[in-house]
Amino acid sequence: MITAPPVVREKKNYLNAEEGIMSWLLTKDHKRIAILYLLAVTAFFIVGGMFAVLIRLELATPAGDLLDSNTYNKVFTMHGVIMVFFFLIPSIPAIIGNFLIPLMIGAKDLAFPRINLLSWYIYMLAGGFGLFVLVTGGVDTGWTFYTPFSSSYSNGYVVMTAMAAFIMGFSSILTGLNFIVTIHRMRAPGLTWFRLPLFVWAHYATSAVMILGTPVIAVTLFLLMLERGLHIGFFDPAYGGDPVLFQHLFWFYSHPAVYIMILPSMGVISEVVSTFSSKKPFGYTFIAFSSVAIAVFGFLVWGHHLFVSSQSAYAGMVFSVLSMVVAIPSAVKIFNWTATMYKGSVRLETPMLYALGFMGLFTIGGLTGLFLASMGMDVHLTDTYFVIAHFHYVMVGGAIMGYMAALHFWWPKITGRMYSQVWSKVSAVLVFVGFNLTFFPQFLLGYLGMPRRYHVYPPEFQVLNVLSSAGASVLGLGYLIPGIYFLASLKYGKKAGANPWGATGLEWQTSSPPPTENFEITPVVTTDAYEYSAQEVIHVGH
Amino acid sequence: MMEANSFQLFPDQASSIASHVDALYAFLVLVSAFFSLLIAFLIVYLVVKYRHRPELGPPVAQHTNDHGPGSMILEIVWTVIPLGLSMIMFAWGVSIYFTESRPPADSMEIYVTGKQWMWKIQHMEGAREINELHVPINRDIKLTMTSEDVIHDFYIPAFRTKSDVLPGKYTTEWFKPTKLGAYHIFCAEYCGTKHSGMIGTVYVLSETDYNTWLGAGSGEGSMAEQGQSLFNQLGCGNCHPSVVNNQNGRCPNLVGLFGTRVQLKDGSNVRADESYVRESVLYPQAKIVAGYDDIMPTFKGLITEDGMLKLIEYIKSLGTKNGTMTTATPLPVETSASPQPSTHAAAPGKTAPRTAQTPALQPQRIQ
Amino acid sequence: MDTNVADAPEIANPSALQHHFENAEQQRDASTIGMWSFLLTEIMFFGGLFLAYFAYRQAYPLAFASASLKTDLWLGAANTTVLIGSSLTMALAVHFAAIGKRQLLVLFLILTLILGGVFLGVKAYEYHDKWVHHEIPGPHFECEGCVDAQHTQLFFSLYFGMTGLHASHMIIGAGILLVLIWQAYKGKFTPDWYTPIENFGLYWHFVDIVWIFLFPLLYLIDRSGRGLT
Repeated sequence: MITAPPVVREKKNYLNAEEGIMSWLLTKDHKRIAILYLLAVTAFFIVGGMFAVLIRLELATPAGDLLDSNTYNKVFTMHGVIMVFFFLIPSIPAIIGNFLIPLMIGAKDLAFPRINLLSWYIYMLAGGFGLFVLVTGGVDTGWTFYTPFSSSYSNGYVVMTAMAAFIMGFSSILTGLNFIVTIHRMRAPGLTWFRLPLFVWAHYATSAVMILGTPVIAVTLFLLMLERGLHIGFFDPAYGGDPVLFQHLFWFYSHPAVYIMILPSMGVISEVVSTFSSKKPFGYTFIAFSSVAIAVFGFLVWGHHLFVSSQSAYAGMVFSVLSMVVAIPSAVKIFNWTATMYKGSVRLETPMLYALGFMGLFTIGGLTGLFLASMGMDVHLTDTYFVIAHFHYVMVGGAIMGYMAALHFWWPKITGRMYSQVWSKVSAVLVFVGFNLTFFPQFLLGYLGMPRRYHVYPPEFQVLNVLSSAGASVLGLGYLIPGIYFLASLKYGKKAGANPWGATGLEWQTSSPPPTENFEITPVVTTDAYEYSAQEVIHVGH
Repeated sequence: MMEANSFQLFPDQASSIASHVDALYAFLVLVSAFFSLLIAFLIVYLVVKYRHRPELGPPVAQHTNDHGPGSMILEIVWTVIPLGLSMIMFAWGVSIYFTESRPPADSMEIYVTGKQWMWKIQHMEGAREINELHVPINRDIKLTMTSEDVIHDFYIPAFRTKSDVLPGKYTTEWFKPTKLGAYHIFCAEYCGTKHSGMIGTVYVLSETDYNTWLGAGSGEGSMAEQGQSLFNQLGCGNCHPSVVNNQNGRCPNLVGLFGTRVQLKDGSNVRADESYVRESVLYPQAKIVAGYDDIMPTFKGLITEDGMLKLIEYIKSLGTKNGTMTTATPLPVETSASPQPSTHAAAPGKTAPRTAQTPALQPQRIQ
Repeated sequence: MDTNVADAPEIANPSALQHHFENAEQQRDASTIGMWSFLLTEIMFFGGLFLAYFAYRQAYPLAFASASLKTDLWLGAANTTVLIGSSLTMALAVHFAAIGKRQLLVLFLILTLILGGVFLGVKAYEYHDKWVHHEIPGPHFECEGCVDAQHTQLFFSLYFGMTGLHASHMIIGAGILLVLIWQAYKGKFTPDWYTPIENFGLYWHFVDIVWIFLFPLLYLIDRSGRGLT
């Protein structure tokens, strides 16, 4: 693939190229910025996870005996705000995408390295606002901020939280902008669009959604802040406003946002399933175009959140049929990934375990989305635990499994170290089992009628809630263990070669970790991606 | 019957639509289970059958198009079949939704006001409840709902219906209870501190039990009667004729108004429904009737949401577009041995709300 | 896309080429695509406000029409002219940058800044006027002689939201202009490399176009046949 064999410089890589904290805080290297994001995002994941623990602890009993109502309401709000805005949206793009996209396309860096660093600082500023809210007393509106409760009735720090999300949006927009320009203009010679790894296609589609959708939530939050702070009416009927307008504006972004969260994960799965089957992805073109289709259709379905909101039934019909249509490209991907393994050579390394888990859980999550897209069914199920189960299946069983797959797959490339194979497989199994035990009962709870955001509930719902809380403890354990072995690997892990998995892709042609400038010589691409026949499959030592 | 601690895996089916919703659910569950198990099975099968065997060397690349293995036929099949199935789900869901959003014409009307953190329910005949809703079995029941503060949602899982309850607007929800018993009412739109405490119970009673219950509760007269009191107290009658054929020229006649199409000054027209009445009372300048001037003052702050509903009931009782009584007639209230005459459609043009028997209501803050 | 470094054209100002780009053409293309993408995000940003405007105007047309009469038609028209003029001066600045006339470039950048300042000054005057007449939404809001007064507050909320957002974009633009004027004065821009001027021109034109939509929607709703009030 490249015209000269890779020369691995002795010891000089992006991690040790410069020393000192300022060389990190003022870096323009996309790889170091990715690490900065990794640290920040992980910290927020831990905070959001602790709130999840509190929720499940409280819900183990029907009475509100652990937290009082206001505190509980703040806990689930902060869980949502942190997980959506500070974890799921940046996770894969800002960490894995930032690190890998220039490598995958044979570039030295992203198009705008300083803007990349700026986006991290904006993220940290937003996080600062978020932490301020946490520390000073929280906000209790739900991450959806519905008016007029959020604009006129809540006693929490609505403006501050809205500000945190607003600022975070700019970080997201800048990342998306950077990716789009980079993918358009900085591909190595010979790297045509249809030779790109599917991970890059996925991020291109994600970036389009980021830059077109995020400004809308920005302006919506801006109006909310004006209304709340200055008592200027936009959404409050007391001022002549329409609270349903807020819902339309909010979901116009927040629905595409879920595709921002899932598309990068899908890109990861394409890479992992292909690598660990030693086979080109089946239906490459269809997988690539399905990412674009999801991005486009994702903008046309927001009204499925408003079926019972007094939205007109005719508008609802349009949103319902389009919501069915948007599911199809995802189904196409699942089938194509499955077919990729056919006549392949499948190795069940940890990234593959997570990828296969993704395929199963995302299938369930996606199918339950159809329940909600069907209007008559949604009337019964909306605002119940069925919705919570659905989106956790796609977000956690889907997006986060993809994120874990990515971390496990590219960890050797990013750090130059291998982690414990035994413990990583154990955690993957724990996560899968714990996840199902936590969230499957919630489908049943939802159909029974248990509404979401309930602090106390009727006693007949307890059995299923206890099952769910028990599962959460297993899931939590499954997430804690990687923290340990990943950290341990930095010191004790076996040093990784350039290509420990036998993968294809330009990133595997350079050393682990890569040098600061990524490639000694700009690669020239002459073949399609995923050419496994030229590779020798290298076993990973245990 | 709802028992406090009984564990259920499946909710009661207590309304006419519940079985339809459950049938769609069964279809969705079957399709989901089928595809989930199919994918799970395929994954396990392929992982085992094509597991890595080092002695075999790397797999032979098989290309059917420029960019790798693929099959147009497979892509078409696994696009079209899911699309077809999802279109069935779509159409079936729409059909149920349209049934749910069109209350039958002769539905019994009950009014619901939600506020942080309770439900206030008013029956046309005057009975009022808090967090409880008594309804007769096998009758179509239409709820007209509004909120006094934030968005709430009136959810009855056993009936499989819910609808958001909005401030400044009326929303409706209808059902036909088919099973006696007591079922949960939940608020299903997060509304603050005691959102999970904003719950209640709907009691489905037999016709006779319901009448008995109704009879026990109406001390203040029907909603329409109370609405008429309000109408007088607020001075509406000074301008608006409420007797047929009495046009004083300054204000539109309200008799036979409800349900008709009203021509507005700017050329458009609007249906005189609950929302129109409410808007006219609170924001009279928003829609000026053709041929009249912009002289109506606003009554914002002088009437509560509960009072507004009573006023609306009164205006409904002045006749619908057919000039008859509103077809949602209140059930005869039996307070003594002698049965009341049933209130069927009166002769066209004749309006006859009973004269108010209510004790004088307090002025100012009118309930 | 051949990117053999040896074939790259002579770069007059090599220090302007950043290390991760292969050549100046790639760098310029990247900046341009980046700026256009950013303007796309700005369209979506303002788009949300336009959506709110259209929703409420459709619901309360009388209120909007009567509230719109409270805006000062002359000031709005004058401001429109000033802003279009500033787009002209900006376009000329880009032109002079492209042909290397440094002093004219600086002059026209300064003129753009001045005209932008005039716009903002007029806006400030209008805002003050609204303040004096209690037309600021909030607890002390009054709309004298307005039809459907309860809903006119929505018009003014949108008026301040939309023109306020627009004005803040202009203020940011003015800040960037100051930097560009200084850099131009110092001779940083040459015919081979004047990308920041070009891209800022795009931004400034965009801000101008937003105003061209705002002006009729806010000022001209019900002016026909009313004479020049």
